[in-house]
Amino acid sequence: MERFLPLIWRNAMRSKRRTVLTVSSIIVSLFLFATIRTVLTSFDASLETADAARLVTRRSTSLTFPLPLSYRDRLAQIPGVEAVTWSSWFGGVYIDERHFFMQLAVDPETYIPMYSEYVLEPKEIEDFQRERTACIVGEKLAAKYGFGHGDRITLQGTIYPGTWDFVVRGIARAPEGRDLDTNFMLLSWDYLNERIGNPGVVGIYTTKLSDPTRAGEVSRLIDATFANSAAETKTETEKAFQLGFITMLGNIRTVIFAIGTAIVIAIFLVSMNTMMMAARERTKEMAILKAIGFTDAAVLGLVLTESILIAITGGIVGTAFAKALFHFSDFTVGGFFPSFVVTWGTVARALGIALALGIISGAIPALNASRLRVVDAMRHTG
Amino acid sequence: MSGSDPFLDGLIIRLRGVTKVYLRGDVEVPVLAALDLDVPAGEFLALMGPSGSGKSTILNLVSGIDYPTTGGVWVAGIDLGELSSSQLATFRSRHIGFIFQSYNLIPVLTAFQNVELPLLLTGLSRKERREHVLAALEIVSLVDRMEHFPRQLSGGQEQRVAIARAIVTDPTLLVADEPTGDLDATSAADVLGLLQRLHAEFGKTIVMVTHDPHAAERADRVLHLEKGILVESQRRADR
Repeated sequence: MERFLPLIWRNAMRSKRRTVLTVSSIIVSLFLFATIRTVLTSFDASLETADAARLVTRRSTSLTFPLPLSYRDRLAQIPGVEAVTWSSWFGGVYIDERHFFMQLAVDPETYIPMYSEYVLEPKEIEDFQRERTACIVGEKLAAKYGFGHGDRITLQGTIYPGTWDFVVRGIARAPEGRDLDTNFMLLSWDYLNERIGNPGVVGIYTTKLSDPTRAGEVSRLIDATFANSAAETKTETEKAFQLGFITMLGNIRTVIFAIGTAIVIAIFLVSMNTMMMAARERTKEMAILKAIGFTDAAVLGLVLTESILIAITGGIVGTAFAKALFHFSDFTVGGFFPSFVVTWGTVARALGIALALGIISGAIPALNASRLRVVDAMRHTG
Repeated sequence: MSGSDPFLDGLIIRLRGVTKVYLRGDVEVPVLAALDLDVPAGEFLALMGPSGSGKSTILNLVSGIDYPTTGGVWVAGIDLGELSSSQLATFRSRHIGFIFQSYNLIPVLTAFQNVELPLLLTGLSRKERREHVLAALEIVSLVDRMEHFPRQLSGGQEQRVAIARAIVTDPTLLVADEPTGDLDATSAADVLGLLQRLHAEFGKTIVMVTHDPHAAERADRVLHLEKGILVESQRRADR
């Protein structure tokens, strides 16, 4: 095949403008594909922290309504519940609203053991539990803003008005090999509760089950316990709860997927048409090659290889561009995603699509070329 | 470049009872009618006749790019009717050198690369291919233009490159379809001189279709066709 490469290359570059435009359209479509799929994989990655052994209990009417702190002890007594913790959405603004990240007011004594998958030094945990203005930041957030131990973080409250100062006492890390969300900040619920006048309410409760297979049964038991009270509950697994967050945005996965697919297919069709036109223009040359001894298979191989070369070039550039762009820009859609990384799985799929595009768009002209009758192409009947 | 090997009874081409009928829609158009033809090794044969007389069809049949409707075609001792499509391609690469009226060079390849094309199908190394290409370009006196693209060459030069491409594999048979049809008189004379030299010096068997009596004069034998039938055969000595 190596000996045919100059011929394939020259043919591919026969019309530089057309080839550049074709490759560009493939670059754009595979960049879009990589981006769209990264949105979807980032959704999935955000569920990575969800543990099947944890349930989330919230107010049945809406997440925005709080639950009484008094539920804590009653939850702990429900059979199958091993541990209970709670948290409240803080919703402060750091610098300005563009610098969004999640802030949760948590109970340091119970929250840290509940989320033991995060790595923290004993000293960090101890400081967080002892100091009311201490906070823990995730390592990605720390890296993004350069937060270090002892640094002060000032937030402007939105749900809880006023200026709030915190001191970084710990940096939570994801264990080796796990893509956990570390774009968050934890602060003391006791401090929050005290500053807002001890209302004694929490956003959600998280309970740890002694047996994850009993999640459904325990959920029903919890909700039954608080049925007909002033604050009825809705309990679900942590994963279902996080999925619920995503579906609050509407069926965004489907919408993104549908729009993205439509764009990619449209561009693919244009690229295919261009490549097929390029091959059709060379019908006579194919006939010449066959006349001088190129077999049907050799001609098919030449046309197909050229098509694949163009498609793969576009695929590599488009995917590499997406990977590099999102890697170096630390793009997180304004903090919506814990991380926005083009995975190697996405890269492999994009290159697979490019290969398929090359094969599909090259197949028809390649088959036509291979079936071409030299005499017909030459149009000689003399 | 050596002369071709002698075959069986010294014939390069043997056509027996060849008919060819084309279909134009539902209409059958007979082009050749029970044609017999023998071409001995080393002969320079010219085919003449009006348009539609079947001369190019003969060329297509002996070069293995078309099949007869009935009858048999043997070239270099091979019964072409027995060969599959891929075997015919291999046959063409080994035995046939094509020279077309409109040169049919690949426009994106240089003269060197155009001449090299048939050699890509052989097992020759890059160095060996280069040697063969240079030898062929030397014969057509275009070594100095080998890096030129077809658009940078005159018509006569393009046709000489096409001839170099046709001879580079040292084929058994050269088939030339109106090789001077698109050329001015000077270039045509150059090309005909070249063909004559290939025939005389290298012993090449050449079958040439032409409308031009001056071109036909260069051949050993001239066959006249009319409506698919051989009507006259003239040898050089008879002219």
